Amino acid sequence: MKKEMDPVLQMKHITKTFGSVTANRDVDLSVYSGEIHALLGENGAGKSTLMNILTGIYRPDGGEIWYKGQKRDIHSPKDAVALGIGMVHQHFRLIPTLTVAENVYLYSGKKSFFLNRDKMEKEIRECSGQYNLQVTPEAYVWQLSVGEQQRVEIIKLLHQGAEVLILDEPSAVLTPQEAQSMFDTLRKMADSGKAVIVISHKMNEVMKNADRITVLKNGRVEDTMPASEADVERLTRGIVGDRTLPEQERGQNSEPETEQRPVQDPEQEARKEAAKAGLQTSSEEPVQGLRQTSPAAAEGAAQGQKHVCGEEVFFMEEVSAKNDRGLPALKKITLSVRAGEIFGIAGVAGNGQRELSEVIAGLRPVTEGKILLSGKDLSKAAMKQHIQEGIAFIPEDRLQTGLVPELTFTENIILKSYESDRYSRRGILQKQNMRDDAKTYAGQFDIRHGGLDLPVGLMSGGNQQKLLFAREVSGDPRLIVAAYPVRGLDIGAAESIRKILRQQSRRGAAVVFISEELEEIFAMCDRVGVLCDGELMGIRAIEETDFQEIGRMMSGEREETK
Amino acid sequence: MSTTLLISIISTAVVYAATVLYAAVGEIFSQRAGIMNLGLEGIMLMGAVSGYMVAVYRQNLVLAMLVVILVGAALGLVFSFLTVTMQADQTVSGMAMLTFGTGLSGFLGKGVSGVNANLAFEPIAIPVLSRVPVLGPSLFDQNILVYLMYLIIPLSMIYLYKTRAGMILRALGENPAALDSAGYNVFALRYAYVTFGSIMTAVSGAVVSLAYTNFWSDGMTSGKGWIAVALVVFSAWNPLTATFGALLFGAISIIGIDVQTVFPQVPSQVFSALPYVATIIALIFTTGNFRGRRSAAPAALTIPYDREKR
Amino acid sequence: MIRNLRFRKRNSVSMARRILTPVIFVLLAFVFCGFLLAAVGSNPLAVYARMMKTVCSYSGLTRSIEAGIPLMLTGLAVSFGYRMNLNNIGADGQYALGSLFCIGFALYGPVMPAPLKILCMFLVSMLGGALAALIAAFPKAKWGVNETILTMMLNYIFLYVMDFLMYGPWKERNQMVAQTRAIREKYWLPDLGSSGINSVLLVVIAIAVLLYFFHTRTTWGYEMEVIRQSPRAAQYAGMSVAKATLLVLCASGAIAGLAGFAQVAGIIHRVQANLPNGAGYTGIVIAFLAGLNPLVVLLVGFLFGALQISAVAVQLIGVPSQVATMIQGTIMLFVVAGEFFNRYELVGRKK
Repeated sequence: MKKEMDPVLQMKHITKTFGSVTANRDVDLSVYSGEIHALLGENGAGKSTLMNILTGIYRPDGGEIWYKGQKRDIHSPKDAVALGIGMVHQHFRLIPTLTVAENVYLYSGKKSFFLNRDKMEKEIRECSGQYNLQVTPEAYVWQLSVGEQQRVEIIKLLHQGAEVLILDEPSAVLTPQEAQSMFDTLRKMADSGKAVIVISHKMNEVMKNADRITVLKNGRVEDTMPASEADVERLTRGIVGDRTLPEQERGQNSEPETEQRPVQDPEQEARKEAAKAGLQTSSEEPVQGLRQTSPAAAEGAAQGQKHVCGEEVFFMEEVSAKNDRGLPALKKITLSVRAGEIFGIAGVAGNGQRELSEVIAGLRPVTEGKILLSGKDLSKAAMKQHIQEGIAFIPEDRLQTGLVPELTFTENIILKSYESDRYSRRGILQKQNMRDDAKTYAGQFDIRHGGLDLPVGLMSGGNQQKLLFAREVSGDPRLIVAAYPVRGLDIGAAESIRKILRQQSRRGAAVVFISEELEEIFAMCDRVGVLCDGELMGIRAIEETDFQEIGRMMSGEREETK
Repeated sequence: MSTTLLISIISTAVVYAATVLYAAVGEIFSQRAGIMNLGLEGIMLMGAVSGYMVAVYRQNLVLAMLVVILVGAALGLVFSFLTVTMQADQTVSGMAMLTFGTGLSGFLGKGVSGVNANLAFEPIAIPVLSRVPVLGPSLFDQNILVYLMYLIIPLSMIYLYKTRAGMILRALGENPAALDSAGYNVFALRYAYVTFGSIMTAVSGAVVSLAYTNFWSDGMTSGKGWIAVALVVFSAWNPLTATFGALLFGAISIIGIDVQTVFPQVPSQVFSALPYVATIIALIFTTGNFRGRRSAAPAALTIPYDREKR
Repeated sequence: MIRNLRFRKRNSVSMARRILTPVIFVLLAFVFCGFLLAAVGSNPLAVYARMMKTVCSYSGLTRSIEAGIPLMLTGLAVSFGYRMNLNNIGADGQYALGSLFCIGFALYGPVMPAPLKILCMFLVSMLGGALAALIAAFPKAKWGVNETILTMMLNYIFLYVMDFLMYGPWKERNQMVAQTRAIREKYWLPDLGSSGINSVLLVVIAIAVLLYFFHTRTTWGYEMEVIRQSPRAAQYAGMSVAKATLLVLCASGAIAGLAGFAQVAGIIHRVQANLPNGAGYTGIVIAFLAGLNPLVVLLVGFLFGALQISAVAVQLIGVPSQVATMIQGTIMLFVVAGEFFNRYELVGRKK
């Protein structure tokens, strides 16, 4: 539609690396005045990096930025603002103790010694009237809702004279109604000749609201198209790529045992598996929990055997919870996981996965509904009880929550069981046992460390994750919750992690596996549930579904079971 | 209550307020910028001793105040170097400042300890105003440092809430990263406000030695620096509220002496301790994280600003 | 040659650097104080020599230990709190209340066999210190109120309580000085043989060793370390941060309260007005210099005791005794600045 014009902004061959990771590789992007341009892609696809380059926060390693027909160097956010490029970050940069008007004027270049509040507030009212951005200029920011704060951020940009506005995941913090009114506002701004770039990973909102869509994957531009030509299939292909079919994938990557999936007769199959697992405990292959020396291991195996029968281990009914901002994040989720089963949670990141994992693990309170572990009600139980009941948790931010980076390898392995008899006798730490287990873990899980007495913060991400897994599966947990367990890991480490999870499920653990990689979910899971906007859109057995159906459910379409 | 008693109460409260308010206003600015200086007592003592020494040896009050300001600035620069550039722990740095100031002032002031300077800021009665009944003699028959305080309170309020620079200051202690991204120099601003706070604290000390007690002895500010810190919290970082707090603390301390003559069974220490009890209660109510309440403390207070951690 | 120098965060700090940096900066502090001494007309070398001589004599040594004992205890108290990122700057007040509880029990408590009485004195002084800390610990644990200012304000309140008792009901009769009478001699802790050193030193050493053991070998020490490093991971591991905050601050107060016990049972056998005399603040300096290591606190506490003793001695050659506080403060300023070089290194910027 606006193709006949020259683009107001062009990024050419942009490349940016952080250490060994390439965040952007030879990226081209053209943005026209008057359009809403969506940048679509998974977490880590390079969307934010690209925009941070545009706004001067990062310097590109290669490539050029052309703005209004001229080549420009953008060294700092100040440069970007001077050119008329502004960004609303995911985490707002507002000052809660200042008023709306003050927040806006903190950024505008007009210098005067005294503050002219009347004039400030009048200007803001004009601006908000023009684009239908409802704000109260004299209100303090701490009094505002998240949606209002976002409007203040947008007014801040407009007041600075921005002509290219970038919004990072603007709908992530909004209710659907708020999101729609925000997109209406963005449309008004585009109509008045501004260029709007929206970073998003929600396909449906992008198709509905954008003029053009650029899909990024692994730091490259995968596809770019007018919104009118976009459909779920094409976008899904762009986001996750032309990957081999899951069935083939499964055969290629995994060990021979996995070929026996999908399980035809769960009970018989599981018994066979459990027997195998039991055998392997005494063999060299590290399948079982790690404390092979302790009697607990044998007990765990026996327990495992009982549960592998496909009995329901975990059940949650109509569970709701809030996110850190106090907004509803999970809405009446009902699901169950059986022993020996890997239950996948698919969905675009930020749709409640984090909250779901924390609720199951006991770290986040349940506002409504019931959580049962082997029939025992844990809805109101403290974290400690969840741990004691045998729920293992691989959190999303492993280095901040799952491990203590400043502590040593040895100290990190006892984080959850420091009060157990093995590590504590009358309150005295059993250092010899700790060291023994640390060595066992390092050997069994092939964890490479500079020394057992060095802080784990110095280890590589893959080894940190292996350590975390080693610790979490050590007590032969009944339920394992793993949130994005292979995100950011290299291929080798990722494969070891998947192997551990498969072994655990064969032992008889129920596994909740959260991932944004459909390919991985199809390769790993028995069943899959799809989260969208905090709701469970449906649950499918993996052999009865395909990428297309899951993709539709991810975008919010609800389909009844066939 | 007799008029003379009332006049004496108000007038004493005002003088008492002057001894702590310079420091409190300075510390409000410093904490608003995100730096908590717990070494006020030490800086105050340095201000007191340096002013008194100049008064004894040079017999010049203007020169004395200039030296006090210089001493305050020097100590402020040291403290900002530690806390802003070196990103040192502010509590530990404050304790260092406190110990250093206490020790050095005692060390340097040995020579003037107990020596009479025969020079001090004398009360100047303001024509007409000082004739107003009760308020006149208590408010407008004071020394110049008290009058200056009358000016500083409204000026600091205007600066903080009506000027652009004040708006930036209020943002500085809340979200320095946001200011940095808007192109302001967080480090320079923090240096400036910490140094300003230190100068004001040193002046507070000079008020004690040159206008309040008119002598020097080791550790003579006897906790006024801590009272100033307490006032900052008590006032929820607002100079005007701090003024009321200072007057209240002053009144309590003088009324305590009077009340004791009426109720000798109440120990005087009860009244001396009252400001601290009041501060603890105020602190809990102004900064406690109750359901749905926001803390009044600047969000970035005591957190060193590190650009790499942005 | 190298332009564009800048600081870069170190990944790790070697043991040698961790010890050497403060030592170098302490020496620099003495050099700086030397200039100040020279500025007021003293010969710094003569003053330092005199100080060394005082400390190196046997009586100087015993008096240094005596002066150092309360400092060691406040230092231990402060470093214990800091081990969980809690700023307990109220050790002065906790010391005060601990000593009041102790003397109150010793003078006005029930008569009992000496060992039992001394044990009870030990316990009530801990109780006093813990109660003093509890007033700050509860709002901190419950509502997240800043413990720094709370504990500081409480110092003054407890010092006024002390003041009231010393000038009022507990004042020794027919004496000018504001102090209590001495406790009965049978309740005194004995000296170690004829060394002139009171056996309360052994109590202090035992506590330091116990604390060291607590930090390095017990599950509670482990829990404190996890909470200190990452409250979020602590939550994840099922630990209760609020409960730990309450307990640790009270324990820190109890240790500071023991300084009162040390004075009453071991050193001066009575309580005087303003007994703590800033020991709580000096304790912060000591804890910081000792790197929060309880065993090193003993050493640094002793050195600060020596500094105070030697400062009294140099008064004889006309140097104000405040020189001790001055040197303490200077040392602290320099070491705080020096800490930076443990965290950062100077590198040339690569273009």
